[in-house]
Amino acid sequence: MPTTTFTMDDLTRLLRECAGEDDSIDLDGDIAGTEFEDLGYDSLALFNTVNRIERDYGIRLSDEIVAEVRTPGELLAEIAEHL
Amino acid sequence: MTTSTRTVSGDAGTGSGPVVVTGLGVAAPNGLGVEEYWRAALAGRSGIAPITRFDPAGYSVRIAGQLDIEPKKHLPGRLLPQTDHMTRLALIAAEEALADAGADPKEMPAHAAGVVTAASGGGFEFGQRELEALWSKGGNHVSAYQSFAWFYPVNTGQVSIRHDMRGPGSALVAEQAGGLDAISKACRNVRAGTALMLAGGVDGSLCPWSLVCMTKSGRLSNATDPDRAYLPFDAAASGHVPGEGGALLVLEARAAARERGARILGEIAGYASTFDPRPGSGREPGLRRAVELALADARITAADVDVVFADAAGVPDLDRIEAATLAAVFGPRGVPVTAPKSLTGRLLGGGASLDVASALLGLRDGVIPPTAAAVHCAYADEIDLVTGAPREARLGTALIVARGYGGFNSALVVRR
Amino acid sequence: MPGISEQRPREPRRVVVTGVGVVAPGGIGTKQYWELLTSGTTATRTISLFDATPFRSRIAAECDFDPIAAGLSRREIRRWDRTTQFAVVAAREALADSGAVGEMDPHRTGVMLGTACGMTQSLDREYAVVSDQGATWLVDEEHAVPYLYDYFLPSSMATEIAWMAEAEGPVGVVSTGCTSGLDVVGHAVDLVRDGMADVMVAGASDAAISPITVACFDAIKATSPRNDEPESASRPFDRTRNGFVLGEGAAVFVLEEYEHARRRGAHVYAEVAGHASRCNAYSMTGLRSDGKEMADAIGAALGQARLNPHDIDYVNAHGSATKQNDRHETAAFKLSLGRHAYDVPVSSIKSMIGHSLGAICSLEVAACALAIEHSVIPPTANLNEPDPECDLDFVPLVARERELGAVLSVASGFGGFQSAIVLTSPGRKAA
Repeated sequence: MPTTTFTMDDLTRLLRECAGEDDSIDLDGDIAGTEFEDLGYDSLALFNTVNRIERDYGIRLSDEIVAEVRTPGELLAEIAEHL
Repeated sequence: MTTSTRTVSGDAGTGSGPVVVTGLGVAAPNGLGVEEYWRAALAGRSGIAPITRFDPAGYSVRIAGQLDIEPKKHLPGRLLPQTDHMTRLALIAAEEALADAGADPKEMPAHAAGVVTAASGGGFEFGQRELEALWSKGGNHVSAYQSFAWFYPVNTGQVSIRHDMRGPGSALVAEQAGGLDAISKACRNVRAGTALMLAGGVDGSLCPWSLVCMTKSGRLSNATDPDRAYLPFDAAASGHVPGEGGALLVLEARAAARERGARILGEIAGYASTFDPRPGSGREPGLRRAVELALADARITAADVDVVFADAAGVPDLDRIEAATLAAVFGPRGVPVTAPKSLTGRLLGGGASLDVASALLGLRDGVIPPTAAAVHCAYADEIDLVTGAPREARLGTALIVARGYGGFNSALVVRR
Repeated sequence: MPGISEQRPREPRRVVVTGVGVVAPGGIGTKQYWELLTSGTTATRTISLFDATPFRSRIAAECDFDPIAAGLSRREIRRWDRTTQFAVVAAREALADSGAVGEMDPHRTGVMLGTACGMTQSLDREYAVVSDQGATWLVDEEHAVPYLYDYFLPSSMATEIAWMAEAEGPVGVVSTGCTSGLDVVGHAVDLVRDGMADVMVAGASDAAISPITVACFDAIKATSPRNDEPESASRPFDRTRNGFVLGEGAAVFVLEEYEHARRRGAHVYAEVAGHASRCNAYSMTGLRSDGKEMADAIGAALGQARLNPHDIDYVNAHGSATKQNDRHETAAFKLSLGRHAYDVPVSSIKSMIGHSLGAICSLEVAACALAIEHSVIPPTANLNEPDPECDLDFVPLVARERELGAVLSVASGFGGFQSAIVLTSPGRKAA
């Protein structure tokens, strides 16, 4: 199996690129347990980011993932299962 | 829910009296923001220049009224990946207009504020990027934001979300004429009981793809000298230049505006819209009827109009029709006519709204903004075109004329 | 003539539907359309308009549209986008159906068309040509077809129909995403009520089954990936629904001031008694679960029609079959109609003809007019396992006969738009 990893830094980088960032929110802080909504990201932002992750890492996540994961930590865990 | 009582935004037509403008927001190639634009317009400063957003060398049209901004300075970062340039300009103008009116829809009852915008091709630069991704890399490279960033009512949706405006929302397309149609539609919403409407157009998404589409109108100028590219009513008129921007207006019922102590810039007094018959039908173009019906709607006569903001197509046949129409309605040289859009280019859905803003500022300051100095009016026997320098005048009533490619004519009357 | 500065006349002008024209999946023309809807047959299938193999969702409700058979000239077919072709064919049927041709004063006749995607199919195709399949950002002007500005502007189809109908009154396009087809009827009705026209040719058209459209709905997983069962893929209000199925089509109406219609003895399908639109100001694509804005639009439309919730005999739902929409809508019906929401039949014809974006609401208004005309409620096809969260009477599978005095149609779309319209039977006694 390939030993690709996907870290919180990777996620915040892609969130910034795919969905932008509000000045009022510090993505570099401990956000693993913060809900995406509180970080200013709606379902569109997550679709854009998840689609990018799927392309860049050659994985296929569940269709329901955007509806199901609520925090960056949960999304990381889902991605880890597919790498 | 009972249906016998009307909601705040009840659409049943309560006849709330005159509709007035209490706020303006402007984004124009020669000035971002109302006062910067107005200073440029009065000074005859042009925003028309060689295209720099991309290399125009390979195109038949190389001049435009391009409006560049630093988006991060004006908008939250989260909005940038999901907005076309055009929508960013609209969001900036909307914020200015609401602040100018001293109104915050977030503080108003739910459904008390709404938005109507004019559109043309939508967020075309965004669309080009996604078409490029689709065709060069494949469907899974298309942005999740594409589903709305290109579409025609995107400015209405994004503005309503940013300012929590949950009342009526719409978008109209009739090329240049749409900028007046949107204001009229919003007036109807105010008359029907919506407390505040934001209306107008901010348009123009300059990119190689939109430029190529626009060249096919056959109405763009191929000139390479920015000062000679758009010369409406001039014997040397050779088409127009495309531009970016427009204006948004805050509309309220006069009684309500007075009650809350809002500053009133003017009243939207009359409007009409007509359509040209099929070319070759032998029937008269609809422009004159649009003007006369708008005057009738305002219950005024031609003698009451102090200034006309012309459509100013810059295409000889169309200029001739407009000059003849104005001469027929107002008498030869019967009223000052101007075309400040000769300093911005034609802004698709945004141009006519910007003319309405210019008219209201002209009423406020008692001054007619000039047509570009390079224009030498070839119809001087028919129209009194204000060129080169602003003209001071006591202005009570202004008429704004707009024609959209494809046969659309609209006219709107504003008064103090 | 009353306009901006004036109050409405004391006796408001009433607006009626006197002509209907349809281009729809499963049939061109009103007759075939109504046969399809009342038989509960679905017109969804594997996409044939282009090779959709690389895409996640490869199904759609396509129109079997033969432009030559539909009466278009070769020149028109070459120049016009499919959206314009649909609109023109539907408008011709509506005008012929109304019997108004020759009895309309050009100055008092207008055209208003709705569309979500305009000429997307042509823009998509031509972009591939001028960009060398996306290889160059600086697209090639030399190889561009001469019709690109007509594709750039969705208003070009309004121009064609205005010329055809010899309309010289107010003409334009209303574009509010997936509520366009409803909002455009409302706007046209307003223009007649305000005295700006006596007759409006109004409706909506979309033909956006195209790679870029399929890709952008793939990106947000809004469309159904049930590629192996295209015929039963659109499942509004069903527990197993998993997205909408893209459609295409057009419906156009002749809307007429009541006295104008009466004087010439026109057949009246229905009166447009009320309409309203709201923004949810929440998300460009998402819906607040409470359904408040749609409920407010419904309330306002009923108020304008001077009707109470219990007067509504049938609700034509948006029913797109996305998880989110169908719950949102159920909540909105309960909020706006109260107890009556549980009693009134509600159905979604998107189960049969898919979701044709801006056009669908005009197709739904046409279905409502025909339902009133024939006293039949079209069913919700593919509804075999009702979602417990969507617990209303969704008229599963089989059409139902019922005298209809007043019907409600609703719409919900990207941009946050929520709209409602009320049609009443010409025979209905005033409240």
